[in-house]
Amino acid sequence: MADVLMVGALLLTAATGTVTVLTREPRAQLMVLSSFGLVMSLAFLTLQAPDVALSQLAVGSIVVPLMTLLALRVIERHSRESPTKRGKP
Amino acid sequence: MRSMAYFPYFVAGWLMVMGAVGIVWSRNLVRAIVCLSVTQSGTYVLLLAIGYQRHAVAPILGAQDENTRPLVDPVVQAMTLTDIVVSAGVTALLLAIAVQVARRHRTTDPDQLSTLTG
Amino acid sequence: MKRLRWLVCWFGICTFGILLIFAIPGLPPVGDVSHPYRDLAVRAAVEHATANTVASVNFDTRAFDTLGEEAIFFTAVLGAIALLRPARHEKDRRLPHSGRVLASTRLAGYVFLGITTVVGWDVVAHGHLTPGGGFQGGIVAGSGLHLAYVAGNYSVLQRIRPLRLLEIGEAAGVVGFIGIGLAGLVCAGSFLTNFVPMGILGGFLSGGTVALLNAVVGLEVGCGVVMLLSRFLEQDLVMT
Repeated sequence: MADVLMVGALLLTAATGTVTVLTREPRAQLMVLSSFGLVMSLAFLTLQAPDVALSQLAVGSIVVPLMTLLALRVIERHSRESPTKRGKP
Repeated sequence: MRSMAYFPYFVAGWLMVMGAVGIVWSRNLVRAIVCLSVTQSGTYVLLLAIGYQRHAVAPILGAQDENTRPLVDPVVQAMTLTDIVVSAGVTALLLAIAVQVARRHRTTDPDQLSTLTG
Repeated sequence: MKRLRWLVCWFGICTFGILLIFAIPGLPPVGDVSHPYRDLAVRAAVEHATANTVASVNFDTRAFDTLGEEAIFFTAVLGAIALLRPARHEKDRRLPHSGRVLASTRLAGYVFLGITTVVGWDVVAHGHLTPGGGFQGGIVAGSGLHLAYVAGNYSVLQRIRPLRLLEIGEAAGVVGFIGIGLAGLVCAGSFLTNFVPMGILGGFLSGGTVALLNAVVGLEVGCGVVMLLSRFLEQDLVMT
C-alpha cells in the first residue's frame, strides 16, 4: 500500500515537472511550478521525509514562485519601457 | 515488486533531463531559472530514494520505541534539507542577475543578449 | 548556431541517459534494509538525546557543513540584495496607492499573519523534537510576514518590517552560529562540539546545542527571506 502511494506520488511528480518545463506562458508556468512544489512535498511525505517535505512546501511552493513572479513583473516592465525594443520572435 | 526497486531513480533522472532540455529550449532567462529548479528537484528525489527503506518510519525518535521499528536514513534527508534552502538563495541570486540584465539590455532573451553586449 | 546548440544538447542528453541506464543498477535498490550511515546517525542522535535525527545530523554530527551551507545562503542573499539596489535614476519613487481590499480578505490576512508567525517560530523552537527546524521555520515566519501586504497595503508592511534591524538580525544569525561553535572550542576542545548538557530524549530541554543552532539559523533565514522579498517588492512597486 505504501509502495503504491509512493510510486503514484513519484509519477505525479514526474508529470508535473514535465508540464512545468513545457508550459510556455511565463505566469502559467509559475502556477505550475508552485503546484510542482506541492506535489513534490507530498511525494517526500510518502518517502517518509517530513522534514524535507516541510522545507519543500515552504520553499518550492511559496518563496521561489513568489520571487520569480515579482522578478518577472520587473523584467516585463523594463522590457516594455525600452526605446530600442526589438521584435520578439 | 523487483522492477519497482529502481523506479525512483528513473524519476530523478527524468526530472534532471527535462530541466536540462528546458534550459536549452527557453527563450528568456526567467524560464531558464525555473527549469534549473526542476533539474535540481531531481537531485532531491535521488537522495531521498537512496535513504528509503520499505516499512520503515520517518526518522523521528519517540520516547521509547527507537528499537522496535526501523527508521529511514536521516543523513540523506539532512543533505536534501540544506540543498532545498540553498537552492532558494541561489534562485534569488540568479533572479537578481536576470533583473539586472533586463535593466541594462532591455531584454532577457539569451540570443539577443549575445548581440547586445558592449 | 541554433542547430549546433540543439545538436550539443541532444548529444549530452543521450550520453547522460545511456550512462544513467548503466549506473542505476549499481545503486542500492530502493527500499533496501542495509543503511550503515543510518545506523551510525541514529545511534549518535540517541546518545545526544535529540529526538529529531535529521536535526541531529544537521546541527550536531555535520554542523560544520551546515555552517558552510548557511554561509552560502547568507552570501546569496547579500549578492541578490546588492544587485537589486535601486539605480540612481530610479530614486524619485512614489508609494503605490493601495487598491481596494475586501474586508474578509483583510480579516483573513491579519488572522493568518499572526498564526503563521507563531507557527513559524514554533517550528523553530521544536526543531530538535519534531519535523522542522531553523531553516523551515525561518522561511515560514519570514514569508508569512508578507500577508500584511495582502491584507493591508505596502505601508503596513513597511511598518512591521524594520529593515535595519533585519540586516542586523541576519548577520547576528551567522555570528551566533560561529559563536556557538567557538564556545564549543573553548569548553570542550573542538569547534562546534555539542557541549551543553543533553537532557533526556524527548524533553523540551534536550539535544544540547542543536536547539540553540536551530534558533540562530531560524533568525538568519527568516531575516534573509524578508529582506530578499522586500527588495523584489520594492523593485516591483516603488520604482518608476
